[in-house]
Order: sequence, then structure tokens, then C-alpha cells
Amino acid sequence: MFKQTVLRVGVLAAFSLVALHGAVQAAEKPAELKVGITTFLSGSASVFGVPARDAAQMYIEELNAKGGIDGVKIKPIYIDEGVGGDRLLSEYRRVVQEEKAELMLASISSGNCNTLAPVAEDLKVVNLMWDCGTEKALEGHGYRYVFRTQANAVTEMVAAVAYLLKVNPDFKTIAVVNQDYAWGRDSWDIFRTVLTQLKPDVKVVAELFPKFGAPDFSAEVSRLQVLRPDVVLSTSWGGDLDTFVRQASQRGLLRTSKFYLPLGESSLERLGQTLPDGVLIGARGDHYFLHPSYLNDEKHKTFVAKFKEKTGSYPIYSVYHMVQALDAMVAAYDKAIKQNAGWPSKEQLAEAFRGLEFRGLTSAVTIRPEDGQGMEEQLFGITTTSSEHSFKVLKDIMIVPAEPVTTPAGQHTPDWLKTVTPTIIDAVKPAQAQ
Amino acid sequence: MRLSMIVATVAGVALLITGLSMPWLKIPLILSFCYGMAALGIGVLLRAGQISFGHAMYACISGYVVAYLSSHFRGLDGALLIILGTLASIAVGMLVGAFVVRYREIFFGMLNLAISMVLFTVLGKFYAYTGGTDGLRVQRPTLFGFELGRTEFESALLVLAVILSLAVIWGVQRYFRSSAGEALAAIKTNETRLEYLGVSAKLLLWQGYVLSAGLCGLAGSLFGLSQGLVTPEMGYWLRSGEFVFIAILGGSGHAVGAFVGALLYEFLKMYAAALVSGAWQMILGVTLIVIIYFLPKGLVGLLSERRKALRGDA
Amino acid sequence: MSKDILILALLDGVSYAGLLFLVALGLTFIFGVVRILNVAHGSLYACGGYAAATLGLWLGGGSLGVSLAALIGSSIVVGIVLGTLLMLLLRRFQDRDPILQLLVTFGAFMIFEDLQRMIWGTQPYFVADVVNQMGTSEVLGVIYMNYQLLFVPGAALGVYALLQWFLNRTLMGRQIVAVTHDREVATAMGINAKRIAYLTFVVGAMLGALGGALASPTTSLVPGIGADMIVLSFAVVATAGLGQISGALITALLIGLSRSFCVYLYPELEVVMPYVIMVLVLLVRPQGLFTVAQARRI
Repeated sequence: MFKQTVLRVGVLAAFSLVALHGAVQAAEKPAELKVGITTFLSGSASVFGVPARDAAQMYIEELNAKGGIDGVKIKPIYIDEGVGGDRLLSEYRRVVQEEKAELMLASISSGNCNTLAPVAEDLKVVNLMWDCGTEKALEGHGYRYVFRTQANAVTEMVAAVAYLLKVNPDFKTIAVVNQDYAWGRDSWDIFRTVLTQLKPDVKVVAELFPKFGAPDFSAEVSRLQVLRPDVVLSTSWGGDLDTFVRQASQRGLLRTSKFYLPLGESSLERLGQTLPDGVLIGARGDHYFLHPSYLNDEKHKTFVAKFKEKTGSYPIYSVYHMVQALDAMVAAYDKAIKQNAGWPSKEQLAEAFRGLEFRGLTSAVTIRPEDGQGMEEQLFGITTTSSEHSFKVLKDIMIVPAEPVTTPAGQHTPDWLKTVTPTIIDAVKPAQAQ
Repeated sequence: MRLSMIVATVAGVALLITGLSMPWLKIPLILSFCYGMAALGIGVLLRAGQISFGHAMYACISGYVVAYLSSHFRGLDGALLIILGTLASIAVGMLVGAFVVRYREIFFGMLNLAISMVLFTVLGKFYAYTGGTDGLRVQRPTLFGFELGRTEFESALLVLAVILSLAVIWGVQRYFRSSAGEALAAIKTNETRLEYLGVSAKLLLWQGYVLSAGLCGLAGSLFGLSQGLVTPEMGYWLRSGEFVFIAILGGSGHAVGAFVGALLYEFLKMYAAALVSGAWQMILGVTLIVIIYFLPKGLVGLLSERRKALRGDA
Repeated sequence: MSKDILILALLDGVSYAGLLFLVALGLTFIFGVVRILNVAHGSLYACGGYAAATLGLWLGGGSLGVSLAALIGSSIVVGIVLGTLLMLLLRRFQDRDPILQLLVTFGAFMIFEDLQRMIWGTQPYFVADVVNQMGTSEVLGVIYMNYQLLFVPGAALGVYALLQWFLNRTLMGRQIVAVTHDREVATAMGINAKRIAYLTFVVGAMLGALGGALASPTTSLVPGIGADMIVLSFAVVATAGLGQISGALITALLIGLSRSFCVYLYPELEVVMPYVIMVLVLLVRPQGLFTVAQARRI
């Protein structure tokens, strides 16, 4: 009886202490702007997520040194996506409700975006989908608080088909090895639909979906060696892509099939010489540290140099996406502050994102006012050896603009995909050097 | 029993008030009650001396049923969803139980583990139906006919969780004191003698198994509704292990033990994660080992020993 | 299904089975003697892998012999260190319920998971030098890494043969077998059961770590591989029969082959296969495929 009482009192006391800690409400202009950022900090995807966090740290430090946004400093709160769906969800809620974050950047994983977008809308907190691709997270929902500061799977995959048909049109068989989750499945659906429409005689010989974070791809590699497809497509990224390419390379698969890696830009440096020449690579956006149009651009150049100094590696597209999202944040606040002559409320901030135009490190991005989807150019290239770097660089870089390859606002993607014609191949143009 | 029910009710109301006054505590509290119910399910089996390392599958089944129904049949009320989810788990429990009660000890545990792993892998693979490893979202339904906003929904769920937990404690404790419950304990001490008495050990264990499946199922439905998301991880063996952990932590002697254990576990996890993020699993592991060493009957075991001392038993 | 696919699936299955057997071997060996199902076995696998990767990175290249010695050396060290720690821990719970002992190993697993994160971090490790050093072979137009095709199954068979020789032909081995059969009688005969238990634990731990070390060049090491591996090892061990070493070899082959055939025929079922087999076998023969039935004590 006594023990039970002690336990109860103890628990109540603990709760009270915690309550005192979280009691203070935010004033009109906050003392600091808390921003929650989800990224992969553990597991095989961390090779992709950690550079983005480093970029955020760099960016926010600089921003705060200049006084922050309208004098308010930014305080980032990083959340690890590697803990898994439901733990991430609890943590996300806690950061919004307990820590009172005013803006959230979530997520990398398309699966996580699908989960968190409705929660953000429910909690009425502005959420920027800074990296995930699935169009399903945003399309048709009519969200007021959720926006995407980059392109989505439709833009990326339709552009990917266009690029493939432009530079490598003569192939008969194709196989896909994608991660088994929302992005892997949805990106293949889109790619396949458009490809079979534009090239009806193509044969899909294998569709393999190893687990997200799978440590071993030997079985998939064996299967592909037997089937000998002309093209092997993989929209994998992060550690999974690294492992797959390494194992495929060890067993010579990269020589017998043409590999097409639309998210491969993020693995170029890590893979070093494992990648042969002639692999088709995409950059999920026009994000490449050797982008011909931005080689001498002041903002881009400085950032690349600083990032290399801080982390020892060149920035990959996750870094670009992070900077883009943060630039969008700053642009939106500036716009909202000007429009409302003061610190914006949540609704006013959300409004400011509609139709927002901003620039990350490369080309400008526009957020469509109708549905909050970002419109971003896509970059593709072919691997080649470089005398300056210990890893492969891209040559024959081509750019695809967003308009012709994205579902128009208000339309349903599966319906729109049926209307895609070979004209999109003409939209693929070489990048302009400065 | 009456005294412990009164104490449990008072504690439950106290937690309810705490949760309602500190909104961000609502979800952790609801989760604690869910874990408590599931651990109670494990506790029922512990009484028979058996441990299942696969009971998370019942929470998973009911969670997925709730998620699927909430998206495809939008008009269904939340209370109905909970009932349907629990019934689904009970149905599967009856079926699986029929096979599983033939085994004891390690084999019982292993077979449950195997079945839960089959479910886990199937759920993770069939993306088109189950959402794969990303899981399914649960659309917020009406609750007892009321269309609720998020905060009210969470408060309502908390109230429901407290009421259900108290009901479950009372029900299970009565079961423990009933002839079926006492006989269940005999499976652990001397099963053969039980059979000699003419009681079918298998039937008894099956009853206990179905009850435990139902408890885990109830926990799973509440969990799904409060989280808004169900993933295959809900059925992973580590989750089953957590249930067992909590059952041992709180003690299986009295039904309230599972809830004491669950509250302690959830809050330990939360504060360990906040204070020493990156070492919270270690802290939990150490706690488990320490509890097993010093208090093999769990926290509630302390209580019953104290009571015995007060009454002057040997 | 063509003959070619059959042969290739066979080869893939055998190489996977080799790895599976090595990891399951430690688990079943420990259970046979000490009667504890060691949940922390997964940590042994993971730490063995990480240690091998770290040592490999530190030695940075070197000859094949050096790489192999590194793999074996790291598993011995990990096995001794973690095995001893586990043994010391479990000694305190010696006379308790086996279920409580199992939970203690579960607690130990949680502790080791965090220790592993603290030591090696959360980013993936991929150290494949030894795989590249061993070269490739071509079979029916498919290129295989000799490491996966020949070395790992070879090592598995080698360890199996070595263990059988040890258990049947050496004094210490026979003492272990005696303790496995009946601890009380063995002690009555003058065998130091405590020391035997310790030895078994360390050997079993080394085998688990060896499994991880040999697997590490072929996979990337991230947090969480321990958890996945344990449950897969449980599948092999329970299906074979707890404590059955030869049985584990055959079961590992069974599961490895069925998995690889799945990849060729029904890729979506690949991950489900081992557990379906486990359920089917346990339903028909709960004591496992190879356990000799024992009389029930009243």
C-alpha cells in the first residue's frame, strides 16, 4: 500500500516537474525560431542524410551570424529518420507540441512523408517536404500547411524516361532493382507506365524489390546475370545503392548491362572507381557540384568550397535540397513579414509559400500556388574518368525543364501519364556552360 | 481485490487528469496503457508458465484491421473499429491457439515467434495491399458518434484507454481468481496432475491464449487509432520482447502489475532517450537484468511480499 | 525451369546456407550444453562483423593471408570478450527459471546494441578487400565471387568437421558431450561442469562472431543487423532441433536453397520462406527435425 502510494506520488511529481519546464508559450515574435528537421542519421541511409544535416548546420550558423530572420535566430532540432516510422511519428509530434517548433522540414523517406504530411496538416504546422519524392504525399490532398521545395517523382521519373530515350534509345530489355518502399515502388510505376507508352516493344525482364536497407544484393545480382538485360534501372539511393553497385561491380554485372541510376549523383564520390564509365546518372533536380551553368556562380562556388572544407566531401543532392528548403524558408518569412508588417502567424506563413520563387544553389525553384508542389529542373549525365578527382564525374550533361514532365496542378497523375507523348524527349537539352 | 481495484481506479483517474492537463503527455500515456494491456496478455500466459515471443502479431493484426477499415469504410465509428480489430485478433488467436497449445516452454515460444515472423514478412512485402514497410495510415474516425478534432480525439482516447485498462484489470484479476485461472497456474506447477484431475490442460491453455490474443488485439487497435499509423514493426519480435519485458518488470502476480511496468517502461524510455540519447536501450537492458535479479516477481511482487509481511505470513 | 537456373539457384543457396550455418551453429551449440537460448547471439554476430571490418580497415589491404587472419583473429577476440561477459552475467542467474535466463540474455542484447552503436557509430561499414582478393569464377555465364561461392561454404564445412572431431575425439570434447546429455551424472563422474559450460559459451560465442566476420565482406554493417540475424538463426536452430549440430547443417541448406529458389521463381516470397518452413516443421515435429524424442519426466 505504502509502496503503491510512493510510486504514485513519485510519478505525479515527475510529471509536474516536466510541466513547469514546458509551460511558457511563444510570444508574437519568438525569442528564437525553432525548426524541426528530419533526416537519416543512422543506418545505411545515413551516408545520404548526414551530409544534409551538416549543410543545415553550416547554413543556419551563417544565417544566425547575420542576425537570423528579421533578428530572430534559428534553432534547429534534428530528428533521426532511422528510428523507423512510428517512433519518428512520436518524435515529430513531440517536437511540434512540446518544443513548439514553428516550421518542420520532413522528410527524406517517401514513406515518412506519406505519414507525416497529414499529421503536419492536423497540427497546423508548416511542413516543407525537403527531399522525399512520392507525388502521392501531396497530390489531391489540398493541404494548407504542407509544401514541397523540390520536384516530385513524376517530374523526376518522366524526365528520366525522356533522357534514357534520348541518349540510349536502342535497347530491348530492361530490369529494375528498387528499394521496397513507397519511393521504390511508386517511382517504378511511373517510369514503367511512361516507358511502355513511348516504347511499346520494350520488355521488362525482372522487377526486384529488395528490402530498404538490405545489406546484401547477391541474389539479385545473380538473377540479373542470368537474364542479361540491356538496361538495369535502379532508383535506389544512399548506402543501399552503394552496396548494390559494389556487389554488381565485383561480379561484372556493370559490364554486361547498362546501368541507369537516376539518383546516382549522391553516390558518385563514395563509389570512387567502382563505377565504370558510361553509366547513366541522374541528380534528382539539377544538383551537381560541377553543373556547367553554375561553375562560376558566386553563391554556388563559395558553398561548395566551404562544404568541402567542413566535411571533406563534395556536396550531393541531399545537401542541395536542404539548402533549397532553408532558402525557401527564409524567402517565405521575408515575404510574409513584408506582407503582414510583422512576424507572421502560422496561416500567414503558410500563405507565403504559395507561388514562392526562390533559389537554392543552382536554378530557381517555384512552388505552385495551386497545390504547393515545387517545380525544379532535372539534370542527367554519363560517368567518365576525371584527371582531377578520384571518382567519376559526369559528361554530356543534359537538363530537362519541369513543365513538360510534371502533372499539371489539379490533375490526377495516373490519368495525366496516359497523355505523355514523345515530345518530352525534345525537352531534353544540353546544359549551357556560362 | 476490492482495495487494489480502488487504488488502481484512483491512480487511473490521477493519470487521466495529468494527461488532460498536459496535452503532450496524452499520447505517451495512451501508449503506456496499450503496452500494459499487451503485457497483461503475456501475463496470462506467464501464469501458465509459458512465454510467447510472438504476441505482438495480435497487436499488429488488429492495428492493420483498424487501419484498413478506417480507410476503406470511412463511416465506421472508432468504437466499432476497436471491437472489430480485437475480434480479428481473437479469431486468429483461436485458430493459431488450437495448434500452439500442444507445445510447452521453448517450443511454445518458438512457434509463436515463427508465426509472428511470417506475418511480419508478409506485411512488409505486399506493398499494394499492406503499404509494405511504410505501413498503413489510420484515418481518424468518429468516436461514439462524435466527430472530433485532434485534441479532443486524443483526450477521448485517453479516457477510453483508462476505462478499458481498469475494466481489463478487473476482468483478468477475476479470471485469475476463478477456477479456470487457478487451474491455469497448475499447468506451470504440475500439468500431469492437472490432467489426472480430469481437466484438459490444452483447453485451459487455449482459453488463456485466446484471452491473451484478445488483450494484445485491444492494445493494437488503440495503438493504431492513437498513432494514426500501423507498420509491420508492430509485429516484430523485438516488440513481443518488449511486452515480455514489461510483464516481468511489473510482475505477473496481480493484473495491475502489467500497467505499473508499462508506465515505468514508457517513461524510462522517454527520459532516457531525452537525457542520454543513444544509450536508452542500454539503460533499459540494465534495468531488466537488475529487476530480474532483485525482484523476479516484478514491482508488484514487492507489494505482495510487503502485504504478506504485514499480515504476519511466513 | 531450365537446368541452368537450377544449377545457379543451387550455388546461390549453398553459399547463403554456409553463412547461415555458421551463425546458427554457435547458438545451437550453446543451447545444447548450457540449455540457454542466447538472444545476445545476434550481438555476437554484429560485433564480430564490425570488429572484422575495423581490423580490415586498420590493416588496409595487405595480402590475402593477412586479411583472412584478421577475420579469424577478430572473431576469436570478440568471442572471448563477449562470451566471458555473458557467462559471468548468466552465472548469477544459474538457478533461476530458464525463461528468466532467456530474458537476461535479451537484456544483454539491448546493452550490446547500444555499446555497438557507441563504439562503431551509425554509418554503414563496407570492407570487402578479402572478397576482391579471392577473385571470381564463371559458371554458366554467371560470374560468382570465389569468396561467396567456395570460401564461405568451405569454411562452414571445415568448422563443422573441426567441431565434430573436437567433440568426438578429444577428451574435452567428450566431456562437453557428457554434460550435454546429463549434467548431474557428468558432475557425479568428476567433470567440472562449470568450466565446461564456460568453455562452451566461449566457443559458441566465437562461432557467432566468426559468422559475422565472414559475412562482413559481403554485406554492409549497420545497426540492427544483429536483430535480423538472431531471428533467422532461431529459425534454423528451432527447425533443426535445439542442440543438433548436424541437423543445423542440413536445415541451413534447406533454408538457403529454398530462399535462393524463391529469388529465381517467386522473388516476393524470398523473405517469408525461412519462417514458413519453420512454422511447417514445428507444427509437425515441434522438437525439430533431428531431435531424438525424450521421455517426459513426471
